[in-house]
Amino acid sequence: MTDLPTSTARKLGLVIDLDTCVGCHACVVACKGWNTENYGAPLADKDAYGAEPVGSFLNRIHSYEVQPANAPAQLIHFPKSCLHCEGAPCVTVCPTGASYKRVEDGIVLVNESDCIGCGLCAWACPYGAREMDPVENVMKKCTLCVDRIYNENLPEIDREPACVRTCPAGARHFGDFADPESNVSQLVAERGGIELMPEQETKPVNRYLPPRPKDEWAKDAEIDVLAPLLAPVAEEPKGLLGWLDKALERL
Amino acid sequence: MHPAGSIIVFTALSGLGFGMLFWLGLGHFTPTYWTGFVFFAVAYALSVGGLLASTFHLGHPERALKAFTQWRSSWLSREGWLACITLGVMGLYAAALVFAGAWLAPLGWLGAVGSLVTVYATSMIYAQLKTVPRWNHWTTNVLFLGLSLGGGALLTGAVWPAIVLLLSTAAVQVYAWRAGDQRLAESGTDMATATGLGGIGAVTAFEPPHTGGNYLTHEMVFVVGRKHARKLQNIALILGFALPVLLLMLPSSHLLALLAIGLHLAGLFVLRWLFFAQAEHVVGLYYGKR
Repeated sequence: MTDLPTSTARKLGLVIDLDTCVGCHACVVACKGWNTENYGAPLADKDAYGAEPVGSFLNRIHSYEVQPANAPAQLIHFPKSCLHCEGAPCVTVCPTGASYKRVEDGIVLVNESDCIGCGLCAWACPYGAREMDPVENVMKKCTLCVDRIYNENLPEIDREPACVRTCPAGARHFGDFADPESNVSQLVAERGGIELMPEQETKPVNRYLPPRPKDEWAKDAEIDVLAPLLAPVAEEPKGLLGWLDKALERL
Repeated sequence: MHPAGSIIVFTALSGLGFGMLFWLGLGHFTPTYWTGFVFFAVAYALSVGGLLASTFHLGHPERALKAFTQWRSSWLSREGWLACITLGVMGLYAAALVFAGAWLAPLGWLGAVGSLVTVYATSMIYAQLKTVPRWNHWTTNVLFLGLSLGGGALLTGAVWPAIVLLLSTAAVQVYAWRAGDQRLAESGTDMATATGLGGIGAVTAFEPPHTGGNYLTHEMVFVVGRKHARKLQNIALILGFALPVLLLMLPSSHLLALLAIGLHLAGLFVLRWLFFAQAEHVVGLYYGKR
């Protein structure tokens, strides 16, 4: 049934650190790779080398410019994938029961053999987390790599979502938000993790860590940014150079 | 939102069909034998044809029957059930009129209520979406019901109800267009809340995730309709409401009625195209397209 569970035993999800993300798109590639070769219909591309290529992705990286009132503009890379909402509107609109939220860990999944491809769940999602596969015509979404995180055939270090495992900057963290001692809960508490679009009342599980405040130059202070590099290495020449220095001074 | 032809045909025709069934069930006009056959055949062609058109929108129409399972939570599923129950009830009612010339009033009233509830369920598929602020409003329900009942009255020759309903629906439509233009701004969802970066400063989209389009931009970031929206709104008002009402005021004739129905149908298609084309989905904020 597409009723949402009243509560889930665990709340698995991601913390995405907007301070650390460098916008390299490695998580996008890792996600596309893993989810094309493993569970469910492959993530297809159409007209991949043509004039109008399209394809399904479960994770995409936007970039935003933020202009503070009295400081230089900041460029912020912004990875976006399914937030595995507690009040997932995509689940309740599904007419077939293909979309569901798991009671045991809170992951939102699509049973592809039940999906009729009506697209209503994608309309109901404010985050654009769901995309219709252009070849299979079923709805694709982030599975939180459900086929990795419990997979005992993988080394333990690999039992986390492909995007988290591959991130070279350590900007993505995976864990259980229901446990206040977990790495993700601690990060959210320390750094003030935020919800996206709280007014949509989807109660997302994933959290975003806002960029840390930037250093600011002291007002009115004259600072030569090159000063540390221009400072003389040896104040008083010694030895042969010292004698030469004194001899040349006398001339 | 992308105005898909199959969805426009579905909502427009099935709305008209169930509107006809409402008036036929209400019993102000109970055509029997061959006349009854013609009226019920048109009503069923519209309602069933519209429902069938909706399956062309599906990625896997062969699995469409699965859509009957989630009536507890899904308006789309409820709409399917209500449509089938109503068509079944009205089928018995129609059979009695067409084959026996018998008017089974309570059965008709049940079917009339069913028709109303079915159209309401259709409207809720759209009105329930918080992600599309323009739709997430009572005007969506009222417009679907008003157009269904007004069009149904037109098609069953209920002249005065048709005039009153078409004019009042037109008024609601004008209000919905004017007020709808502000609703995204009023919803409180903007780039600041979408990115959570509003606390730092003004947020603008710097670079999209990819150079081309994708399912989201094709389906939900449709912007073509904006350019001619005002002109199309006026065309829809004239074709869908003004001219049909004017024709209904003239001395009645079958030819004029047919013309009024044709004009109303054309106006209805323009209205529904605008309903989708003008609707802004909040996901467009992530792409800086709002």
